[in-house]
This record gives sequence, structure tokens and C-alpha cells, in this order.
Amino acid sequence: MSVLIFIDTADGHIKKSSFEALTYGAQLAKQIGTSAEAVVLGTVTDDMPSLGKYGVSKIHHVAGDVLNQLDAQVYTKAIADVATAAGTTVIVLSHNITGKAIAARLSVRLKAGLVAGAVGLPDTSNGFVVKKAVFSGKAFAYVAVNTAVKIISISPNSFQTVSGEGTAEVVTENISVDTPKVKVTATNKITGEVPLSEAELVVSAGRGLKGPENWGMIEELAKLLGAATACSRPVADAHWRPHHEHVGQTGGSIAPNLYLAIGISGAIQHLAGVNRSKVIVVINKDPEAPFFKAADYGIVGDAFEVVPKLIEEVKKLKGAA
Amino acid sequence: MKILVCISKTPDTTAKIAFTDNNTKFAQDGVQWIINPYDEWYSLVRSIELKEKDPSTIIHLVTVGAADAEPIIRKAFALGGDEAVRVNAESSDSFYIAAQIAEVAKQGGYDLIFTGKETIDFNGSSVGGMIAELLDLPYVSLATKFDLNGTTAIINREIEGGEETCEVTLPAVVSCQKGVAEQRIPNMKGIMGARTKPLKVQEPVAVDAFTSVTSFELPPAKAGVKLVDAENVGELVRLLHEEAKVI
Ligand SMILES: Cc1cc2nc3c(=O)[nH]c(=O)nc-3n(C[C@H](O)[C@H](O)[C@H](O)COP(=O)(O)OP(=O)(O)OC[C@H]3O[C@@H](n4cnc5c(N)ncnc54)[C@H](O)[C@@H]3O)c2cc1C
Ligand SMILES: Nc1ncnc2c1ncn2[C@@H]1O[C@H](COP(=O)(O)O)[C@@H](O)[C@H]1O
Repeated sequence: MSVLIFIDTADGHIKKSSFEALTYGAQLAKQIGTSAEAVVLGTVTDDMPSLGKYGVSKIHHVAGDVLNQLDAQVYTKAIADVATAAGTTVIVLSHNITGKAIAARLSVRLKAGLVAGAVGLPDTSNGFVVKKAVFSGKAFAYVAVNTAVKIISISPNSFQTVSGEGTAEVVTENISVDTPKVKVTATNKITGEVPLSEAELVVSAGRGLKGPENWGMIEELAKLLGAATACSRPVADAHWRPHHEHVGQTGGSIAPNLYLAIGISGAIQHLAGVNRSKVIVVINKDPEAPFFKAADYGIVGDAFEVVPKLIEEVKKLKGAA
Repeated sequence: MKILVCISKTPDTTAKIAFTDNNTKFAQDGVQWIINPYDEWYSLVRSIELKEKDPSTIIHLVTVGAADAEPIIRKAFALGGDEAVRVNAESSDSFYIAAQIAEVAKQGGYDLIFTGKETIDFNGSSVGGMIAELLDLPYVSLATKFDLNGTTAIINREIEGGEETCEVTLPAVVSCQKGVAEQRIPNMKGIMGARTKPLKVQEPVAVDAFTSVTSFELPPAKAGVKLVDAENVGELVRLLHEEAKVI
């Protein structure tokens, strides 16, 4: 019996969402009175033993260059083999891109009920019930898992990372790895930017900005704050901004600590992707814009006047800090 | 090329989300039902485009749902698609649904199975991966572009902070999102034809669901917006720093 946490990496580095998964898994293990272990695939350049500070005692490392690219089938077999050998009862992953590709397969392979997009620890007082976001963030469901083995993928940014002391033992696993059927032929990564799905702060703008040439101030503000940039759907559809910035019902779904919406009306389909943000700030020249109803803070004003002032004020704050 | 397109029924994107029966059931009163946007705009439209390029392509639709899912299938037919199967069962458990679709897929011998990125009501992003595992097929998720070269699919997929191009030999399961195709509106001919296209109803295979929803909950209402004067932007920064503690 143990909790097994999947550590997701990119270019040898551990993704931020994996620290959340580690924390979640370790707390869950404590709750159900078992140990927390982790599994990582492929090349890892970050220090692994120090991950013990999140509360994992052991890390199973399956090495092999073929594991540096995502093939859901290959990953699933490797993780399932480790889980079975370790006598795992709960697998924890991030509900990020990799997690979405493999959690479902693992569920079938291990006959383990999956809660995809969990937002809190399970209630184990009577069965095993996990809260998850549904209706695109407009509601939550409590999902009972009725199988012996359980899988939880946690919604990014919905669980606070906690670290303490500790060192994990790293065990290299000699298990056979399948040959990938999915061949990656090209990668196009925007480097140097905070990936939207992992961002704690997000600066987003909509059609109120009038045209792509006006995004300079949005990017400047985002850079100052260390925030990622996002946009509304019409903005992406008009190719003012890249598609991966589009958030909402049909775009990305995010839950940052701060979502700053500039010149976005706040249509219900837009809110669907951002309504789980902890703090929402709206800048819109129309006091009747629906977004104000979903906001925590707001300024009724012209973005072209307010944003440059905001940049100056943030500079002041950062200078003072 | 034989394609199976998974179609699910979801409440309209503007539907009011509320619950009845002590928060155990979604309140359906007055709710308009639509084809899950990812299934309609991306998987289905891309299949139709592939058929337009190669008319020998066969498109089958599948939905797991009660009889009230049929209008959704007719709507999908109006866009395109040749035949449909409705598995007569109601469940929100992803595994149960995937097991039903896998069964339909086994009978049909498909080269390609398309799902949407996720359902906008259950947000599992799970059914596609489960079908793939049940059929022991490769799974490429979150596709943003899909092309065929003989029996090889060339796919762009989303990765954290970017995109990746990959290739896979069919058969395979692919989940589609924005970029794969553009939304279309059905034409008159499509709407007329939709009525007579074959829609087969099939009873479910017996499988046990892995999970069940015990109750729903609405998020707590926002306390109300705190407005700051446009002439006093510094105050907003102060509030975000000192009160909300987010910057
Ligand atoms: C099925 C479906 C799915 C959809 N999915 C999505 C989705 O995923 N994401 C999404 O975003 N949308 C989605 N939409 C579209 C959505 O309904 C809205 O049309 C869209 O969000 C509007 O974008 P916007 O707020 O940028 O533009 P607009 O609605 O045009 O709003 C612009 C706002 O800017 C303000 N403004 C104008 N000038 C200024 C200025 N100088 N300073 C400050 N404010 C200014 C205006 O007051 C207005 O509120 C979807 C729609 C449908 C039907
Ligand atoms: N009841 C269903 N019938 C047919 N296809 C479905 C059903 N539920 C989900 N799907 C497909 O699986 C995808 C992902 O759904 P989900 O895992 O619920 O997010 C959807 O976009 C559909 O293509």
C-alpha cells in the first residue's frame, strides 16, 4: 500500500505542477496512513533526492531517452509497472497536458477509478470522495471512487506547494520500456515565457485593445509582474495573439492567483476558463461590463490611460521591494 | 479511411448551472442542449474536411446517451457524417462511456477515432485516452492540427508552452481542440439530409462504472467588486500587494 506520485518533466526539469502533485500525494499518504513514493521517466537533470522535502520517501526512476517524449502508451506501461510492483493504492498526477494523456490510460490499465481535475484532498471518512471542477469551473462535483486502486489528477494551481525537510532515496528501475508509436518530428516552444497553465499571475486582454499593435503595454506589464499573457477568443481568432493564449470555454482553463482582465467584456464563455482564479481584477471602460460582477477589484476606465499608469505604479512597487 | 467521431451532448455554453434533488442532479429545466463544442467544431468538421478531400472516407458518429441525445446526433448529421450509433445508456463515468465506445469501435474496424479535448460539462479529458487503452491503440491528445498521409497521421499537439509535431501510424485515437478545424454552419442540403441518415440504437455492454457523482456544489458567490478610481491606479497596486497579497 502506498501513494505513487507521477513527476512530470520538460527538458530534464521538473514542472511546477509536479511540486503541487508531490505535496498533495504526501499529504494524502499521511491522511490514509501510508507512504508516499514518486515515479519519474526519462532524463532528469534537476536534483532528485532533494524532492524528499515535499514528503516522498522514495523515487522510482525509469531512465531511457525514448521517455523524453510523450507517448501515452509507453508512459502508461512504465508507470503501471512501477505502481504494481510498489503495491500502489493511489496514483496522483497533475491534470496538465501530460497528465491528461496518461491518467485515463492508467485508469483502464489498473482498473482504477479516476478523478480528473481534483481541487482538494479526498474525504476518506466514509469511502473515498474527491471534489473536482465541473461545468467549466461553474460548479464542483463530489466524485466517489469505487475501485480498490484510485487515480487523482489535480487541477494545476489549486493546491498549495508545501515543503519541509527530507531526502528521498532514488531507485533506478530496470523495467522494459516499449518502443513509442508516436514519433515527434518537431518541437516549437516559446522559450523565456511563463507557460500559461503554470502561471500564478496572468495579464489578459481582449478586443478592447483595438489591435495587435497595442499589446506592447500588456507584455510590459506582464513582464514586470512575472506574469503570463492570455487573451479572449476573438483576439486569438483574429490572429492578434497566438492561439495558446486563448482562455475560456473553448480555450485554456486556468486558475492563477491573479487574473488581470483588460478590455474584456466578461462573456460567460470567457469566464468559464478563468472563474477559478483566486483574485480577478477588471479594467474596462464600460461600468456595465459583465466582468465586474465576477471581479474582486476593478477600475472603470480607458485601458490606454490606466495600463501605462499601472506599469508606473508596479515599477514603483518593485523598486521599493 | 473509416472514422469514428465521438459526439457528446452538453448544456449550451450560456446555460444557467443549478442543481436539484438536494444538489445531486443538474437542473435541466429550460436548458438548451448542444453538441459539445470540441466534438462539433473540431473533430466532426475535420472529419468532414477529410471526406471532402477523399470522398471514399466513411464517417460514423457515436454517442452514449438516452433517447434525448438524438436531436444532437441529427444536428451533427446536418453538418456531415454518414451513419450513427447511439448506445442507449446514461452515465457520467468516463470509464463506462469509454467501454461502450470501445465496443462500437471494435465492431466497426475504424482507422481513426476522434474525440473532443473534453466535455464542457464533466471536463474529464479522459474518454479518449480510455478508449485508446481499451483498444490498445496509440493516443495523441490535444491536437491543434491534423493531416493524413496515407495511413500516417501528421498531428500538431499542444505541449506546455508550445506545440509539437508528431506522426503516428493508424489506427489511433486523437483528441481534438482549437486549430484542427474551423466552426461551420450546416447548409440547407445538410439539414434536409440529416433526417434520413441511419441512426442505430444499441444496448450497452455490461460494465461497472469506476466512479459516481455523489453531489454537486456551486462556488461561493463573489463578495462584490471593489472599485478603484481611474485617477488613483496606485491604490489598486497597493490593494493587490497589501490586501490581496498577490503581487
Ligand atoms: C460556444 C462559444 C464558445 C466561446 N468560447 C470562448 C472562449 O473560450 N473564450 C472567450 O474569450 N470567448 C469565447 N466565446 C466568445 C464570447 O462569447 C465573447 O464574444 C468574447 O469573450 C468577447 O471577447 P472580448 O471581451 O475580448 O470582446 P468584446 O465583447 O468586444 O468586449 C470588449 C470589451 O472591451 C471594453 N473596451 C473597449 N475599449 C476599451 C478601452 N479603451 N479601455 C478599456 N476597455 C475597453 C468594452 O467595454 C468591452 O467590454 C465563445 C462564444 C461561444 C458562442
Ligand atoms: N457520452 C458520450 N458519448 C460519446 N462521446 C463522448 C461521451 N462523453 C465523452 N465523449 C467524448 O470524449 C471526449 C472527452 O470527454 P471527457 O473525458 O468527458 O472530457 C468528448 O469531447 C467526446 O468526444
